[in-house]
Amino acid sequence: MQLYELTLKQLKSKLINQEISSSEIVDSILDRIKVVDEKVKAFITVTEDMAKNLAKDLKQNSESKVLTGIPYGLKDDMCTNGVRTTCASKMLENFTPNYDATVVSRLKDQGGVLIGKLNMDEFSMGSSTEQSAFFATRNPWDLSRVPGGSSGGSAAAVAADELPFALGSDTGGSIRQPASFCGIVGFKPTYGSISRWGVMPFASSLDQVGIFSKDVQDCATVMNVIAGKDQLDSTSVDLDSTDYISYLDTNIKGMKIGFPKEYFQKGMNEEVKALIMKALNKYEEMGAIVQEVSLPHSEYALQAYHVIASAEASTNLARLDGVEYGLRDFQADNVVDMFSNSRAKGFGDEVKLRTMFGTFVLSSGYYERYYLKAMQVRRLVNEDFNKVFQDVDVIISPTTMNTAFKIGQKADDVLSLYMNDVLTVPVNMAGLPGISIPCGFIDGLPVGMQIIGKPFADGSVLKTAFAFEQNTDYHKQKPVLGVN
Amino acid sequence: MDLTIKDIEDIALLARLNLSEQEKETLIKELGTLFNFVDKLQDLDTEGIEPLINTLSVYNVFRSDEVRQSPSREEMLSNAPLTEDGYYKVPKIM
Amino acid sequence: MYSEYEVVIGLEVHVELKTKTKIFCGCSTDFGAEPNTQTCPSCAGFPGMLPVLNEKAVEYAIKAGLAINSQIAEYCKFDRKNYFYPDLSKAYQISQFDLPICQGGYLDIEVDGKRKRIGITRAHMEEDAGKLVHQGTITSTPFSFVDLNRSGVPLLEIVSEPEISSAAEATAYVEKLRSVLLFAGVSDCKMQEGSLRCDVNISVRPKGETELGTRAEIKNLNSFRSIERAIEYETKRQIEANLDGEEIVQETRTWDEEKQVTRSMRSKEEADDYRYFPDPDLPPLRISEDWVKRIREEMPEMPEQAQKRLVDKHGLSEYDASVLTLTPQHLAFFDESIELYSDAKTIANWIMGELNRLLNTNNIEIDNSKISVQGLTNLLKLIDQGQISGKMAKEVFEEMFNSGQSPEIIIKEKGMAQISDEATLIKLIDEIVLNNPKVVEDYKQGKKKALGFFVGQVMKATKGQANPAIVNKLLKEHLSRE
Ligand SMILES: [Mg+2]
Ligand SMILES: [Zn+2]
Repeated sequence: MQLYELTLKQLKSKLINQEISSSEIVDSILDRIKVVDEKVKAFITVTEDMAKNLAKDLKQNSESKVLTGIPYGLKDDMCTNGVRTTCASKMLENFTPNYDATVVSRLKDQGGVLIGKLNMDEFSMGSSTEQSAFFATRNPWDLSRVPGGSSGGSAAAVAADELPFALGSDTGGSIRQPASFCGIVGFKPTYGSISRWGVMPFASSLDQVGIFSKDVQDCATVMNVIAGKDQLDSTSVDLDSTDYISYLDTNIKGMKIGFPKEYFQKGMNEEVKALIMKALNKYEEMGAIVQEVSLPHSEYALQAYHVIASAEASTNLARLDGVEYGLRDFQADNVVDMFSNSRAKGFGDEVKLRTMFGTFVLSSGYYERYYLKAMQVRRLVNEDFNKVFQDVDVIISPTTMNTAFKIGQKADDVLSLYMNDVLTVPVNMAGLPGISIPCGFIDGLPVGMQIIGKPFADGSVLKTAFAFEQNTDYHKQKPVLGVN
Repeated sequence: MDLTIKDIEDIALLARLNLSEQEKETLIKELGTLFNFVDKLQDLDTEGIEPLINTLSVYNVFRSDEVRQSPSREEMLSNAPLTEDGYYKVPKIM
Repeated sequence: MYSEYEVVIGLEVHVELKTKTKIFCGCSTDFGAEPNTQTCPSCAGFPGMLPVLNEKAVEYAIKAGLAINSQIAEYCKFDRKNYFYPDLSKAYQISQFDLPICQGGYLDIEVDGKRKRIGITRAHMEEDAGKLVHQGTITSTPFSFVDLNRSGVPLLEIVSEPEISSAAEATAYVEKLRSVLLFAGVSDCKMQEGSLRCDVNISVRPKGETELGTRAEIKNLNSFRSIERAIEYETKRQIEANLDGEEIVQETRTWDEEKQVTRSMRSKEEADDYRYFPDPDLPPLRISEDWVKRIREEMPEMPEQAQKRLVDKHGLSEYDASVLTLTPQHLAFFDESIELYSDAKTIANWIMGELNRLLNTNNIEIDNSKISVQGLTNLLKLIDQGQISGKMAKEVFEEMFNSGQSPEIIIKEKGMAQISDEATLIKLIDEIVLNNPKVVEDYKQGKKKALGFFVGQVMKATKGQANPAIVNKLLKEHLSRE
């Protein structure tokens, strides 16, 4: 087995046993990227020299920290001191922050080695990574298909063994959906458990940073590093005592699992449904109690989500006006035109569409009918979950209605693209923890299972995922990129 | 809902987006589709339901009034498209 | 004609809360720093930056609320006010829309003897924007320059009811507001530094009419004088427009200081639509009764309490008391003086007269003037002891004000001391009497004018420094012995 194929945990033990050095790992990863990334196109920026120099100085010893010498990648919406941070937009093509996002400093503090910045839909607006202003990322399992999005670059890179783990951000499914399409683990923790400081926002009340990894064990390890209160983020919560690894055991006897009937609706691929049912049987074999539950307002969640997310995004992106940083149009002779031209040149079509929609629903005459209404529906969606969680510990559903679609397939159909998020969006609306783990394949394409937990019960979500993983080997399957 | 070019232009000015005629045409269609899509929300009776702004129930998150050294001006201006004498420079506002 | 109309005025006053740091980041709020040297990614609106609320700003806002008799909200939140402007780094201002921290309130003002209560609608917290600097005038310059040092400085916006009906009432209201905020210690209220700025909403209507007329808003007035002048000008403009049957448009206007006129600010600008909505980055506030109680207990003496004390305890007139309580420094100066010198009225007269005159002409404040309580009270004692005449004391005081020198030294150096030493005076008198036998005769004939002549001569000889009382006494004794 090559070093680039190993999990975080496997690399860690080899490092501790002095079998290998950080430099060997980093070189192995960089070589892998050279070989496969021209096919996968996951990276916007590869920080090769920085990584090599850092790895050189990292010696394993008693002071070794959790990630000492371990490579990682970041979705390109996370600010990195001295490293270009583009959000896959022309607007920020040449933007180099002078600060590290809190999650980045925490990875650095634990000795992690940044390998590069990963492709995404521009400002996270999309579900396929086709909306990147630079290039589309490809699904390692079938290069003619999308990796999902918006954190598609992170998912594809981990699936293609270009990285042992990566961070992404999830506003309506942007971690879980690509993880599902790429056959890896993708975890969106409870809203508030990971600092958002230094991460370009899409929708502040829905965004949450999360993790892509090759298995649940690694996911818990990274959670221990990045989760917890940040004084710079007023919406981050104090969980510093939590040890996520301690939740990882396979004994789920008596655990109550609900599956929401509304999630198995028309338009869902029957084979996907079958695989989830199979997984639920597995859980019953392991001693869990599975029951059908109802989330009656699910069918309104997607609409409410698009109103709220677009509204918040329209003002979060307003700061991109070409004054302090970012693209500026120099033709304009007055400031109104300077703003309007700079933003027109800097933003892609999807960003323009959502900025317009978000501005509409907040403007007078639309506010009550759309924004306020959506916030009320959000309450109903939230209460649905509260009710169900009085009876069950976790909720299980497919992560997506289908497997990865072809690049360009949904290009000119806004709504069918949005439908991708229908099963993941309600989790963000309620701020809950949700994970997607591999649960099978259809025609060689991975299928993901979504496990949803109570607020701040991230531990039991990881436990539920871990138990399944220990009894299956879907997560061990690797795509054949015709290069190994 | 039927949007007019005027509606699009008003909102585009609010959002500071200089749209081409072509873009306006496309946006009328796509925004129309979006509005029809979200109009499903009107089927729900939400009379008297408290809007949910944020799922967290935290209050009174403060910092203390202690000065933190600001980064140097050079650092702060390093990403600016146009500066002069330590100011950000922009075209006239009227 | 004008008298058939009345003017209706409401004021929106922005005051900077005097925290050390900005409302949502740790940058300093010190005034007058080099452009863009007190900014950070947060107050400059960089990607991923999040606001964290300065607790002190909330405390000051509550204090201010108590000072203007407001209800402090048990629950309040922050909202985004969205608009594009080069000095607004995030393209939204974090403010409070429907749930301000202070609700209701009032201030009592007095204009030529008439007391009036001006209602306050609300006061809310918000962040200040940066500053735009122009080459030449705002309309002629091809470029503007953005300084974000002020971006994120905590503001309290205090909105009055439209219950003010003259320029005089408007300035009285702002003066009163300024004094209560100064006493509460929540703001420096330095208009020249922009830490107190005033927007005036103004409309006119025929007397007896109950409907409000169309109003204009005059933005960013930063001196009492400009508030007064702008209101007088705008009132006249609107009444004349009415008389000529022109319709008044609701608009924002600006005060042109050199031309002394208001002019429309409408440019290539759409109808305002700020799209307020709750800021998801900031958890709401719950302000407990305990918290408010604690702050109420910390509240220092307010101007009205102080006035009452000055009248009851020191027997000053209502008017004197109100002047001495315009700023805490004036009151402190009086309170310290009265410890060292017992005559309250005399102290009051000197503070309100000479001291205020010199402060205004040099436009500085007591704190940074050279005058000291010791200095003033010593001077008053010297007058009482007859060591210097009241007339000369004014000169000495001005010298003290400029040099900071003690009165004793000034008097010595300038040789201003009064001559009360009898021996010295008797020698003079002997001489003068000797040289004027004729006048002595007149005196004996009972010509009283003669005495005046001798007094005059003594004064002349001593350049006015002889103590007149003593001179009179000695002359009478001497002449009676002739
Ligand atoms: Mg305001
Ligand atoms: Zn700052």
